[in-house]
Amino acid sequence: MAAAGGARGRTSFQRRAGTGARPAALPGTRPALRHGQLLLSSGLPSLDCVLGGGIAVGTLLLIEEDKYGLYSNLLFKYFLAEGIVCGHDLFVASAKEHPDNILKELPAPLLDDTCGKELGDEAATVKSEDFQDSMKIAWRYQNLPKMEASPTPYTKFGHYYDISKKMSPELIQSIKWHSFYLHEEPSSLPKMKTCNMNGAYVRLLQSLQRIISQGGFDGSDPQKKQKNVLRIGIQGLGSPLWGDDICCSDTPEDVHSLTKFLYVLRGLLRKSLSACIITVPAHLIQFAIEKTKTYPMNINYLFHHIGCVFCFRVLQNKAIMERVTNLSDMVVGLESFIGSERETNPLYKDYHGLVHVHQIPRLNSLICDVSDTKDLAFRLKRKLFTIERLHLPPDLSDTVSRASKQDLAGSAKLLSSGCGAMAIGKKHLDF
Amino acid sequence: MFAELNELLGASPQRPEPGEFTLLRDSRTDGSFLVHHFLSFYLRAGCKVCFVALLQSFSHYSIVAQKLGVNLTAAKERGQLVFLEGLKSCLDLVFGEEEEQPGQPSPLLFLSESPSDLRALFDFVRVSLSAPGSEAWAGPVLLLDDLSVLLGLGATPVALLDFIHYCRALVCCQLKGNVVVLVHSSEESEDEENELVVNSLCHHSDLILWAEGLATGFCKDVHGQMKIIRRVSLQQAGEQDLVQIYQYKIQDRNVTFFARGLSAAVL
Repeated sequence: MAAAGGARGRTSFQRRAGTGARPAALPGTRPALRHGQLLLSSGLPSLDCVLGGGIAVGTLLLIEEDKYGLYSNLLFKYFLAEGIVCGHDLFVASAKEHPDNILKELPAPLLDDTCGKELGDEAATVKSEDFQDSMKIAWRYQNLPKMEASPTPYTKFGHYYDISKKMSPELIQSIKWHSFYLHEEPSSLPKMKTCNMNGAYVRLLQSLQRIISQGGFDGSDPQKKQKNVLRIGIQGLGSPLWGDDICCSDTPEDVHSLTKFLYVLRGLLRKSLSACIITVPAHLIQFAIEKTKTYPMNINYLFHHIGCVFCFRVLQNKAIMERVTNLSDMVVGLESFIGSERETNPLYKDYHGLVHVHQIPRLNSLICDVSDTKDLAFRLKRKLFTIERLHLPPDLSDTVSRASKQDLAGSAKLLSSGCGAMAIGKKHLDF
Repeated sequence: MFAELNELLGASPQRPEPGEFTLLRDSRTDGSFLVHHFLSFYLRAGCKVCFVALLQSFSHYSIVAQKLGVNLTAAKERGQLVFLEGLKSCLDLVFGEEEEQPGQPSPLLFLSESPSDLRALFDFVRVSLSAPGSEAWAGPVLLLDDLSVLLGLGATPVALLDFIHYCRALVCCQLKGNVVVLVHSSEESEDEENELVVNSLCHHSDLILWAEGLATGFCKDVHGQMKIIRRVSLQQAGEQDLVQIYQYKIQDRNVTFFARGLSAAVL
């Protein structure tokens, strides 16, 4: 036996290096339950729940910015901060702020020991609910799944951040990051075919492709033992700062630049170990057609006399968001209450805005893990940003409240005038 | 392939109907499960399939096809499946060097050249389906995952309709094969070009499978509604199209179809 083993050079007792060894797990990732795809955390555990566990490696998360970009900026920062804490590489692209400044403003992570101290009372109330065996009054709601809103101390996947504190510069320097600030990039001739795309997008794609191939994220460098994930963040894509005029005119110069960019980006993401977050000012893109709605008569006249070519151009911009949605994997829209009548509406007093999940992908499977709650809202507490199920408070007033009080008073007026002799007042019943 | 869908369509892998143009249409939901069905159906039937997959990568289709009992890698190796991965060939076109062979232009050439010329894509389809070894297989099939992506990449609607017309003439009439195309559409869509293409294709197809999200919103047990429209009016003038409506639920390896309102959760 030994001789037979010796002829091969090694016996079966010896462990062959490499074949039995499991591949080293990538830091900060976990496999999805359903299709075994690697998932990354978005930096916000409640958003991970909404997206079905996390962001899959190789996919694109598109955030439709809220009106002033405040909350989408927060989500962007959470994504980058999570990358730093997990040790991933970062690529930050922006035309508005310099990436160095973006990285200085990242929230500090809440570590396990400080977690209990900072949010001790909240954690205590959560624990007391867990000990409750059965609900006595609302027993129908016993089996509803609870959305994780407060931090539990032992999560390895997904971390919590404190917005009131900044991330320490040592932590930021511990990872490798690349930046793309549009106004500082040299406008040299690109080595790739432009395909009639906007120049800024072409340069961004070229820079990305260079980083991906040099960093070995697409597996092109077999020497590299330790694989890592690249997190890409692109801020404000489609805004006029990138040289794209789909936000400003109804007849933009090149309608297809953004969609072509997204398609090539999708190709780059699918073949590499990376995930991308993009914030798009969707409200600006769709606003460009609002002007035409005030002149419906003119449009119909022109339609009949000139033909439908005019209509194509005028309504092009809303079509762009539909095509952008089709080309992205996950699309989440944020609608903040700032400046709208909902800000002062007592129904929404606990929340700062709504979350609309427009699309979740079905990757490597016929179905996807999507949460059942479709009515989601977000709120920004002093230190924490969470996405929760929207709960409307119970209506405890005697009469029907909200906007119908004025209607009732109006109809009471009509009634009393019919009767003639009654005093006309604002009360419902007046004897 | 989903056995219940085969029963509803009256199709069987042993004898696929030749010369049919099938349009897969989805509104407010994801109709890609139909693409997976037809891919595995035609591969089981022994047809030569040219799959133009513009939206997802090869591994995505491969993993789902494995759940449905078909091995895409093996089919590619024995020459039964010709797979065009749109994302990969787009990257080769955009970032590739100039040393590509002059006789084999990239199928997505319209991206860098004129957007009204999808001839390179048509040549790719023609070459792959009428290649010398194709007579061994039952019949050629062209499967297109997502025509709406081509509009986003800059192709004009007229060029797109020309391309589909050429494909139909080649595959359905000349080679007696089948064509299956997926498009997205929606009633309140603002995308005029897309609606133009979809309406035109609806008029020219023999069979339309329209997957719609429920009008009442999201439901855990019923994922959508499927309209099966057989264009009998194309064959015989004066006849009405046959429309059947079913609801469906997608599971891990199968899709179950049932009459409206009779989902298993309700009964």
